[in-house]
Amino acid sequence: MSEKIIKTTGLYKSFPRKGGAAKTATHYCPGCGHGVLHKLIGEALHDLEIQDSAVMISPVGCSVFAYYYFDCGNIQVAHGRAPAVATGVSRATDKVVISYQGDGDLASIGLNETMQAANRGEKIAVFFVNNTVYGMTGGQMAPTTLVGEKTVTCPNGRDPMTQGYPVHMCELISTLKAPVFVERVALTDPAHIRQARTVIRKAPQNQKEGKGYTFVEVLSACPTNLKMSTVDTNKWVNEVMTKEYPLGNFRDNTAEAAEIVRAKSDFSKEALDKLFGAGKGDEKAASGEELPDVQVKIAGFGGQGVLSLGTMIAQAGLSVGRNVSWYPSYGPEQRGGTSNCSVTLATHAIGSPVIYRPDLLVAMNRPSLEKFKNDVKPGGVIVYDAIMGEVEMPAGIKGIAVPAQQLADEAGNPKGANTVMFGVIAALGVTRLPDVAFRNALANSFAKKPQLIPVNEKLLDFVRDWAKKNA
Amino acid sequence: MATKLVKGNTAVVIGALYAGADCYFGYPITPASEVLQEASKYFPMVGRKFLQAESEEASINMCYGAASAGHRVFTASSGPGISLMSEAISYCAGAQLPVVLVDVMRAGPGLGNIGPEQGDYNQVVKGGGHGNYHSIVLAPNSVQEMCDFTMQAFELAFKWRTPTFVLADGTLGQMMESLTLPEKAIEPTLAKDWAVAGTAETRPNLVTSIFLDFDQLEKFNYELQEKYAKIEAEEARWEEYKTEDADTVLVAYGICSRIAKSAVDLAREAGKKVGLLRPKTLFPFPKARLMELANGQVKRFVSVEMSNGQMRDDIKLAIDCKVPVDLVYRLGGNLLHIDQIMAAL
Repeated sequence: MSEKIIKTTGLYKSFPRKGGAAKTATHYCPGCGHGVLHKLIGEALHDLEIQDSAVMISPVGCSVFAYYYFDCGNIQVAHGRAPAVATGVSRATDKVVISYQGDGDLASIGLNETMQAANRGEKIAVFFVNNTVYGMTGGQMAPTTLVGEKTVTCPNGRDPMTQGYPVHMCELISTLKAPVFVERVALTDPAHIRQARTVIRKAPQNQKEGKGYTFVEVLSACPTNLKMSTVDTNKWVNEVMTKEYPLGNFRDNTAEAAEIVRAKSDFSKEALDKLFGAGKGDEKAASGEELPDVQVKIAGFGGQGVLSLGTMIAQAGLSVGRNVSWYPSYGPEQRGGTSNCSVTLATHAIGSPVIYRPDLLVAMNRPSLEKFKNDVKPGGVIVYDAIMGEVEMPAGIKGIAVPAQQLADEAGNPKGANTVMFGVIAALGVTRLPDVAFRNALANSFAKKPQLIPVNEKLLDFVRDWAKKNA
Repeated sequence: MATKLVKGNTAVVIGALYAGADCYFGYPITPASEVLQEASKYFPMVGRKFLQAESEEASINMCYGAASAGHRVFTASSGPGISLMSEAISYCAGAQLPVVLVDVMRAGPGLGNIGPEQGDYNQVVKGGGHGNYHSIVLAPNSVQEMCDFTMQAFELAFKWRTPTFVLADGTLGQMMESLTLPEKAIEPTLAKDWAVAGTAETRPNLVTSIFLDFDQLEKFNYELQEKYAKIEAEEARWEEYKTEDADTVLVAYGICSRIAKSAVDLAREAGKKVGLLRPKTLFPFPKARLMELANGQVKRFVSVEMSNGQMRDDIKLAIDCKVPVDLVYRLGGNLLHIDQIMAAL
């Protein structure tokens, strides 16, 4: 008898990673579809000459040991996470990445990763072996188990009233826009295998050409867990399973899909220095005399510019060589509620960035003023918006009511209410910062709109004159 | 030398970029979200890869993928997200992958709140996921160190092929301070001996954490323990302040160490012999130095932390309970107050 045996390619000649005596036998059970699928994928990798550039991702399940066999780069990963790992490899390397998964892995624990990678049109090929059971763990119910099919965890047959219905992955994935190619094939007999071979080659081919997400579902026999002979299991797949999971193409945009091109990483210091503005502005001046810390608290409604006013004060300190810290209230407080930030200016290292006893409180609304006014240090200053009307100051605290909007209007800069507050703080001297610090901060703050710098500097001068008379 | 006023979370991204990080995969969570946001802005500007993942599980597994390919990759999150990542961190330890993670701790347990806390200490320092493993853990206490330690984290992760954490908290992530930009930028080279990069020379390589044979897995575990022992011997880093003659030594890391340092100054003004030991690495923990101090003039340690004595346990182990170790702590998102420390001195 002369039988034509097709030479296996793309797989290792023997399988030393597997160990054991039978160096060329796989660990798969007789009649299992994985062996056939491995051969077909291996052959495609070889024929497409991509074994050097291909990375195979082995999942958790019967194909956890796919790396015993595929002669290419191999990565073994956690249960259900293969599409995420494949995404990482693909984004980093831009090479041919193949995710090989079973039904529990892909359609149950990893359904989210599966759908999200498909929806991103990730440049990966996914092979999905659907045999309706968890094989590796001993034949438990899978998301793809048919209604009425018995497994060790649905011994009376899958009941849709308690266990839901079989999940159809090709149908689900083809509801998404991004996937380039989606098809379901079977490996049950020579005719089906021949058809499948053409489709299976398409997946790595698409990756070689950079064409995006390709999904091939492979209906496969699991005689061991279905507790039938190989012949009967394949017959069952052909006659019963394909009724639930019809074979065929669900999407083929291969011809029109554009190649996905990834950027090239620039690791040069020059590029980063340029990005972060090294060498210009923000020069740290030589530190001078030792001064006591100055602690400033700014509080108001979210949206009143509380955090940016604090940033400007910190920036002013930084520009003349102070150590500065700025610490905000953050999260839900920003949304509609009150907002505050703490700024410390120091000539030595700063301890806690949170301020309990400020030297200066800037209160933009009454609730903030009431909340923090008793925290101000004896001899300290509270600057608040005059719109609040009469405010009783704690003993030993100087209060300055600033008609911020009115002054901004008078100076012809109606959007400058926050600059007015900034100007009052500058004029008070409580921050122990020189005038130039405030001008530096103003320039920094309007760096993207330099045409606004002169008008705001003018406002600063106008406010200083007001402060001399009123504060 | 340029200095910038930036948030701690931004400093992390700057440090990572200068360290040669090629990919960022992350998921939003307060108070770490700025890391994600800043990465989304800056990474593409220099051709580096950024992706907002569908979950923390996906983001750490994307990191697993990029790290398997030998690329420098990192992610950032906070407690609840780190919990979700724990499975994959164990896989990274088992597969010996140099993934860098930043945990900007918030208050727990459960959803807790977004205020600062240090309650992830055990989770991050002891491993967190399943199996006998450790991650290297660096603990910055300033915006500058958020940048510098992130750079160091990549060096250590690749040197030891192990996941490496920068363990910060909401305060350090959210506060702004001046940052001096790094003086060098790393141009990564491919580790051809283990990476799976889709190249001819890395084609024979395999990244995996499965060892079916019990004896083989035991052998591998012993090798891991040897690696951790070497890390403990070589990489412990700490800083001391006025410990030379101290009879009481505060031990604090992160933001607590800054408050503790102010407390040392106040105590010294009152004539008390108080010092501070600030671990810069939590694994490895500066055990040997603590034991030296316990064998010397130190009569008492005080663990100053924003967790329920999680670090105090490590101090007790380090000194074999030779002298008392007291605890000053605060929980729930409240920052520890200097008055609490003073009351304990």
